[in-house]
Amino acid sequence: MSELHELHDYRDVAPGDEEEVRVGPRLLGYVVGLGLAIVLTITSFFVAGTDLVWQPSIPVALVVLAMAQMGVHLVFFLHITTGADNTNNVLALAFGLLIVFLVIGGSLWIMSNLNHNMMPMDQIMQMQR
Amino acid sequence: MTDATLAFAEADAHMQGAVVAHDGPAPKRIVTGYGFWIFLLSDIVMFSCFFASYAVLLGQTAGGPSGAQLFDLKGVAAETACLLLSSFTCGLASIAADVRSARWYQAAMAATCVLGLAFLALEGHEFAGLVARGAGPTRSAFLSAFFALVGCHGMHVSAGILWLLTMMAQVFAKGFRADIMRRLLCFALFWHALDIIWVAIFSVVYLLGSAA
Repeated sequence: MSELHELHDYRDVAPGDEEEVRVGPRLLGYVVGLGLAIVLTITSFFVAGTDLVWQPSIPVALVVLAMAQMGVHLVFFLHITTGADNTNNVLALAFGLLIVFLVIGGSLWIMSNLNHNMMPMDQIMQMQR
Repeated sequence: MTDATLAFAEADAHMQGAVVAHDGPAPKRIVTGYGFWIFLLSDIVMFSCFFASYAVLLGQTAGGPSGAQLFDLKGVAAETACLLLSSFTCGLASIAADVRSARWYQAAMAATCVLGLAFLALEGHEFAGLVARGAGPTRSAFLSAFFALVGCHGMHVSAGILWLLTMMAQVFAKGFRADIMRRLLCFALFWHALDIIWVAIFSVVYLLGSAA
């Protein structure tokens, strides 16, 4: 059964799939993705070590550059597109991102609030005596 | 016949037309890719828990060394280069598989494997250096969270390399069959997703850690 070649319907695209069958455009896609990723990575490493920019802006810049690079990876390597046949993948991605932000943001928020309201450690030690 | 039933019949005819125009179930390749994409997203949610625990425990160094004193950015840059290039060669392997070129496929997969092993060697060297300097996972809550997060990614890369070698062997033994091609699609997705998680790790853990 599995030896049968399935009919490929090229209008349907899975994540990681390509609409094109020709080598040229696909290769170009990976080369462009690699180039963008290298530029963003080098910028990140440069920004982290430089004193040319206003220092408090560095963490924000690093987070923005990281998000941009993840976007580049999603589009050029994982082939997540806005096409009609890719809607399921995009919706699943959106839900995953929602959970990720809830987990990270919620943890940071709750834990910093607890930390803020917690009695200093030396006072806890005194109460235990 | 009343006007209402006439209208209903017309509406029904219209509905049937819509049903006939539908394409039917999606090909197995699409369904497999979608399912594996859901798995990858759940894996990313799991990593987000490790990231959250790392962010919460970032300041809890228990008097031990902080990230800025420990991290060697040159080593991290080398690891990033290895993983990024391996993602590219993995893409080349999927192109080679789609044009059914076994020679190029095996060459690209071998390059991916070598780059992945180089990444693991660099990471192992870094971990061994940290433990030798007394900054092992038992030193502080910060270091426990660091080793858990980065080590979990390293375990994923190790598992990915085992899968990669399996896929090389399967294509060698069975050729580019439809089921093998679906496994290749999933492997490529997995390998590229590992690179996305590494982007978050080198930005949040290493660069933010040494900039702060």
